[in-house]
Amino acid sequence: MNIINNNILSILTFLPLVGVFFLLIVPGNDELAKNNMRRIALATTLVTFVFSLVMWAMFDSSNPGFQFVQNHSWIGDDVIGYRMGVDGISILFIVLTGLLMPMCVLASWESVQNRVREYMVAFLILEFLMIGVFATLDLAMFYVFFEGGLIPMFLIIGIWGGKKRIQASYKFFFYTFIGSVLMLLAVMAMYWQAGTLDISKLLQFEFSSESQYWLWLAFFASLAVKMPMWPFHRWLPEAHVEAPTAGSVILAAILLKMGGYGFLRFSLPMFPEASAYFSNFVFVLSVAAIIITSLVALVQEDIKKLIAYSSVAHMGYVTMGIFAGNILGVQGAIFQMISHGIVSGALFLCVGVIYDRMHTRQIDAYGGLVERMPKYAFAFMVFTMANVGLPGTSGFVGEFLTLMGIFQVNTWVAFGAAFGVIFSAGYALWLYRRVIFGVLEKENLKAIMDMSPREMAVIVPLIFLTIFFGFYPAPILDATAASVEQLVNQYQMSLGQVGALAEVAR
Amino acid sequence: MNSDLTSFADLAPAFPELMLAIGAIVLLMVGVFTSAKSSNQVVLGIAMGLLALTAVLEVIHPVNGVLFNGAFVQDDFARFMKVLVLIGSAFALAISVSSADEHKLNKFEYPVLVVLATLGMLMMISANDLISLYVGLELQSLSLYVIAAFKRDSGKATEAGLKYFVLGALSSGMLLYGSSMVYGFTGHTQLNLIAEAISLGEPSLGLIVGLVFVLAGLAFKVSAVPFHMWTPDVYQGVPTPVTAFFASAPKVAAMALFVRVVFDTFEPIAKDWQQIVIFISIASMILAAFAAIGQKNIKRLIAYSSIGHVGFALVGLSAGSQIGVEGVAVYMAIYLTMTLGLFACILALKNDEGYVEQIDDLAGLAQSRPFVAAGIAIIMFSLIGLPPLAGFFAKWQVFLAAIEAQLFVLAVIGVLASAVSAFYYLRIIKVMYFDEVVHQFDESVFALRFIIAISGFLIVTYYFTLGVPLTQWAQTAAGSLF
Repeated sequence: MNIINNNILSILTFLPLVGVFFLLIVPGNDELAKNNMRRIALATTLVTFVFSLVMWAMFDSSNPGFQFVQNHSWIGDDVIGYRMGVDGISILFIVLTGLLMPMCVLASWESVQNRVREYMVAFLILEFLMIGVFATLDLAMFYVFFEGGLIPMFLIIGIWGGKKRIQASYKFFFYTFIGSVLMLLAVMAMYWQAGTLDISKLLQFEFSSESQYWLWLAFFASLAVKMPMWPFHRWLPEAHVEAPTAGSVILAAILLKMGGYGFLRFSLPMFPEASAYFSNFVFVLSVAAIIITSLVALVQEDIKKLIAYSSVAHMGYVTMGIFAGNILGVQGAIFQMISHGIVSGALFLCVGVIYDRMHTRQIDAYGGLVERMPKYAFAFMVFTMANVGLPGTSGFVGEFLTLMGIFQVNTWVAFGAAFGVIFSAGYALWLYRRVIFGVLEKENLKAIMDMSPREMAVIVPLIFLTIFFGFYPAPILDATAASVEQLVNQYQMSLGQVGALAEVAR
Repeated sequence: MNSDLTSFADLAPAFPELMLAIGAIVLLMVGVFTSAKSSNQVVLGIAMGLLALTAVLEVIHPVNGVLFNGAFVQDDFARFMKVLVLIGSAFALAISVSSADEHKLNKFEYPVLVVLATLGMLMMISANDLISLYVGLELQSLSLYVIAAFKRDSGKATEAGLKYFVLGALSSGMLLYGSSMVYGFTGHTQLNLIAEAISLGEPSLGLIVGLVFVLAGLAFKVSAVPFHMWTPDVYQGVPTPVTAFFASAPKVAAMALFVRVVFDTFEPIAKDWQQIVIFISIASMILAAFAAIGQKNIKRLIAYSSIGHVGFALVGLSAGSQIGVEGVAVYMAIYLTMTLGLFACILALKNDEGYVEQIDDLAGLAQSRPFVAAGIAIIMFSLIGLPPLAGFFAKWQVFLAAIEAQLFVLAVIGVLASAVSAFYYLRIIKVMYFDEVVHQFDESVFALRFIIAISGFLIVTYYFTLGVPLTQWAQTAAGSLF
């Protein structure tokens, strides 16, 4: 038990690669072999999920520092090293990754028929990299995992995507890559200034005021694209629309969260002065994202595109909450990210259910589904409501907390952001009405079947979680509380010091 | 320096070179006295063994020292680069085996010329005197000219050989002219004595002119912009196994020479050569990134890609620090791994119409030949510099040095150029993975698959396998220059 205890993060991170190994040695390419591959992928992701839950159970949420820490040097002590550890901010993202991966595998069970081996390998490698992003405590390794995710995702969109998949995969790649290389240079600059790449040491280091602004901007270039913040979001709708269902789920639920995680892990605690300086800039972009992309979502004719734009809007709450820099805002931002991970992932899975049957994502092609698919209609309703932010669903808690947090900082920003709540009700409910309600008059819809047991197995747990966290958000908030409090205190303290210095100078 | 060579053992630092030189002569004999049919295979086998043995000798018998009145120096840096060169030459020969007949490389002179060229490269790397530097360089270049035109009845190969010769001779001329200026203004030909002379007083204008010409000649050899014009034509014109050789070992040797000359000789006027290196580095990265986008021929594309990678390696050199040299060393090692793997992949793709030449011929390769396609894809992602592949760690090292030296503009231009270059690397992946099958290819020989597997394995698992020993060795190597 002790061995597992000490190495749980490494086990978690590398478990998917074990699955990759087995996938590669499965002989043949016939139906039987394909089914075996699917089973291997499912088993691997399920075991990983169980391990992530075990880790959450062992996690001491009253301790704000890093836990399950491993620290091995690679070349030299302070250069790139193998460092692992989680705190309240990162642990839930690992659990979220673990939760959604088996669902992705299940969702692709029948919809992906060609190149199953490569597909499952790409997803498991992606899982390895995603867990690595949240589990590593080495700045360079963070970049390695963060950027490495481009490779499998590029292939997933490009090989198994829709008609315009090539353009979408290129856009995804270049937006992310160009932003990230600037972050890479900032990582190097931080190394020369602080003399280490160990995140836990960097968090204690005070970067000089002049360099903070540049470093903040370089990180922003990468994280804002990943997030994505308006106006760097152009890649997202296309990538979402063209990606296969599972790809969209991972993209919305996990990859976008890396941006928010990066802001929380680096921008806020390491460059507090710059964060405070640029916070108004972030607020403007966040409110613009919330209002503009919500309006854009209203006019979409493609279901996936609509959900993609709503993702951008919801991420606006996250950035706003993070840079509010108080406990409510940051807690709300983390909650919003987890909740959005569950809800938007579920929404894309729902779209996948009808796409697998009708092979179209046009809203016009549907209507009156409730007559043939009552279970589906119920599931879709729960997630639509959660997307709107209805009290009693997890979507409400995050939006409410971030709005509370921002209200203490800037009333006008809160005022602007609150419009998003109204708009999101507009586009989400209208989407629901057009797809689910109305008269079932289209010929090809008349024989459509309700959800299969496999699809139920994917959707039902997410319904449960959405409502459970809506009524009882404590498990998430408790896990993050101590770390967030420490983060916010440090942030406010270093700002206070700067203020005091300015006073003295005067 | 001391010149009392009293016994054979005093020559120990130069044993590898002696072994290659004697070996090359013996090989000529072997080639002549075996039957015409088998001479090619026999000589090829012995040549590969000889190169490998020399590499082993470098590693297990490390003797540092200065010989021949200071004309020859063997140190950790030289040893690191020599091992790379020897590995590059040996593998370039290995991947030529399966296709030697089609490419008309099936004469025993080919491996002998490769061995001689390699000997020249080792001499270049160890050169500590402008004279020995030039002699080594010319031994290498003359062998390479002949190798380039080895496929005598092919118009393209002859043209490539001629171009290579004319431009190469021009660059040698510039190097010589620069050397004479340096000698004229310092009074020495030995590199470290030149450095001493320079540091004594204010550097004269004539010396700077000499420096510029020397660097221009060297830039030719590493094919950095603006002296890169020969590269695409030569790479495309010569048979593919020869391209593999040209793109690997001589690049490493020329880069090693570049490093030694700027650090040993022109250390006192670092500010002056840094400007030049920064300029050619930026120019190489940008030109290669944009010029390669329009290429349709794989070998031309690789030529531009190699120009770009020289630019990236020079980023490390521009820093002018020990970490920068370490970065260059690591970069060249990783570049060598990727290049050899890539050429093994290309040579593994053959059908009735011949070897694959155009990028579009690769369409759907992921389905017809998944193993080779995966090899190419891994190498392409690594050439882009995506983590966790080896190419990322190569870029990490050189840019780390540039940031330390506060060369922020260079670094930003560099990473953006690498983003642009991603476009054409991705196009190959797109063609292989996203498009439908057009051509079928024959099954490739085991040796090529083996090389692809090694190269792919090292690139993917760099962090766990090659990373630590390579970096540590590069650290020692770079340390010996300072």
